[in-house]
Amino acid sequence: MLTRIKGAKIVDPGNVDGDYKDIIIRDGLIDALVEPDKELDATDTDEIKEIDATGMIAVPGLIDLHVHLREPGHEYKETIETGARAAVRGGFTTICPMPNTSPVNDNSQVTAYIVNKARDLGLCRILPVGAITRGLEGDTLAEYGDMKQKGMVAISDDGRPVADARVMRRAMEYANGLGLPVISHSEDLSLAREGSMNEGITATRLGIKGIPNAAESTMVMREIALAELTGARVHIAHVSCEESVDAIRHGKARGVKVTAETAPHYFTLTDEAVAQYDTHAKMNPPLRTEKDRQAIIEGLVDGTLDIIATDHAPHSPLEKEVEFDRAAFGIVGLETSLALSLELVQEEKLSLSRLIEKMSKNPAAILGIDNDLKPGNPADITLIDPEAYHTIDPDTFFSKGVNTPFVGFNVKGEAWMTLVQGRVVFEKEL
Amino acid sequence: MRFEHKDLLDISSLSPQDITMILDTAEGMKEINKRPVKKVPTLRGKTIVLFFQEPSTRTKLSFDIAAKRLSADVISISTGSSSIVKGETLIDTVKNLESMSPDIIVMRHSSSGAAQLIARKLAPSVVNAGDGLHAHPTQSLLDMMTVREKKGKIEGLKIAIIGDIAHSRVARSNINGFTKMGATVNVTAPGTMIPKGIETLGCHVAPDIESCVEDADVVMMLRIQKERQENILFPSEREYASLFGLTRERLARARMDAIVMHPGPMNRGVEIANIVADGERSVILEQVTNGVALRMAVFYLVAGGKKYADKD
Ligand SMILES: [Zn+2]
Repeated sequence: MLTRIKGAKIVDPGNVDGDYKDIIIRDGLIDALVEPDKELDATDTDEIKEIDATGMIAVPGLIDLHVHLREPGHEYKETIETGARAAVRGGFTTICPMPNTSPVNDNSQVTAYIVNKARDLGLCRILPVGAITRGLEGDTLAEYGDMKQKGMVAISDDGRPVADARVMRRAMEYANGLGLPVISHSEDLSLAREGSMNEGITATRLGIKGIPNAAESTMVMREIALAELTGARVHIAHVSCEESVDAIRHGKARGVKVTAETAPHYFTLTDEAVAQYDTHAKMNPPLRTEKDRQAIIEGLVDGTLDIIATDHAPHSPLEKEVEFDRAAFGIVGLETSLALSLELVQEEKLSLSRLIEKMSKNPAAILGIDNDLKPGNPADITLIDPEAYHTIDPDTFFSKGVNTPFVGFNVKGEAWMTLVQGRVVFEKEL
Repeated sequence: MRFEHKDLLDISSLSPQDITMILDTAEGMKEINKRPVKKVPTLRGKTIVLFFQEPSTRTKLSFDIAAKRLSADVISISTGSSSIVKGETLIDTVKNLESMSPDIIVMRHSSSGAAQLIARKLAPSVVNAGDGLHAHPTQSLLDMMTVREKKGKIEGLKIAIIGDIAHSRVARSNINGFTKMGATVNVTAPGTMIPKGIETLGCHVAPDIESCVEDADVVMMLRIQKERQENILFPSEREYASLFGLTRERLARARMDAIVMHPGPMNRGVEIANIVADGERSVILEQVTNGVALRMAVFYLVAGGKKYADKD
């Protein structure tokens, strides 16, 4: 079985960047990139499926290093299936679900459950992140080796940060021996305590208890110091503020193996989005100030921030249509991330190649995946329609979660087709 | 001129004209409270629900009396009797109340923004009796009423507010209200009680109580909440009193005719010395008296303005 994607411009930084080539896919793998007018060998008697992708941009499948799929345990918010559908609709071919499910993904049975479910669905690749400590309780290390055998790719304390520095140190040392990166949700809970939005003018006006930048940045600094101490690879999740960007920049300059991600809401919105007690603008870490937003963009531009992840965190109205301080933290992101990130390209902050690095190549590197669009690699490909003007409307989401602050945003560009292992797993309806 | 608001949620959504109208109306209501028969039929047939999710005796009593003096039927629900404790959401609870067709819902709630949340969902008028750390508009209005009564005006006055600004909805509403009416507001407190960016609400932060009360026309003390001690806001009541308590000596720095206010309940000997609380410049009990008249005015105005509000 052969597939030929015709007419697309290929943006695969470090490989083919900006040329028009046709992509030939054979048995789920990339067979060749050929000139648009090249006839295939006469010996190929197979049926050739042609995809006319004229006007589209072909990029290596997008990878989201940070999502919450809620299954097992909170299927009313999202299931592996609805999350995967949202992912492929958003152009993602690989997603990494965080371990804060119920039960927690802190053992190989839960890892295997997620991996098997993902395989049976056959939508996108789902590479689970395991817990750093058992039950996310911050005390004893989970069995990383066992989980890794079942397909776990990184460890994280997302949602319940490891308070004890010694435990984090041991986790880094142990994970490093297994080649696993440690993803840190950097938050000092004693500083963040009771807060539900950014500490600042808006919080003061609204009378909402604040979470200071220092709740994040002090922990980022700790993680960098521990990574330097242990030699482990640490990845800082959802960076939201200027001080963290500075700390990471400094750590990289020292040669520490630190990488970092931010999410579209941190470079698109500020804490003013909360102004009418909008619980859809409540997430952790919180939206910060304009100064922080600019620092995040600067960090993306100069490479301090390697990755754009979504921190896709679906919740039901049960958790969101309530008093602000009682509302759950988190917003959905899989189906808005690409369009919001493309805004950076339209504003000429990033070139499209740089953006694809942040949404595909850099996360692949952290996971140790070679996703170049070259012969022999799996055909995980996202075809982007760069001209697709649309208005963000949660009613169209494949995710169960409609908790987004971006309702009504007019954006340009979205996934037109998503292929995983050569199979079309999403195709935009015309 | 009509009061064009369906709800009274905070001070920031009121114009100076709105505030003046409320204060003028409250002055008229005050006269009723001096009559031998303290009852008028203005709101006969109207139902007012007092929904207090946070304990409060004084404010609730004030709303209760205000409603009854206008002949409204009053139903009172507090945390103990409401199902909020059983896990029902706030919106479900108030939707339940709404289906019994009340005209006005007065709510006190521990979450900032709770009044906005229910006002968006409800047809009846919502009067905010205090939401979290956000707003306490009727307290602020009765404070403004008291000041106007004593000073003949608000514009140009110097108001000193001393106490836990960070955790006080009274402070937020008063900073908002008094500056809106043209007064100057100075605040002071230990650094732990001054929230980031409070100046953006229009007040000035003084370094100590002495400079804060200097030449003030009004000195307003806020209640220090002992239960906040776990938040490590100050080392001891003793030290708080010595640094930020209003003593006679400190009051002497204010203008000769300065008045002393406190939203109550007071911690005598902590934020306010006995002799000041009971002194001839204290208008603390008059604040309470005005509270009833002010709340009558609010009921009257939101009930009258309601037919002009559009509801989706
Ligand atoms: Zn997190």
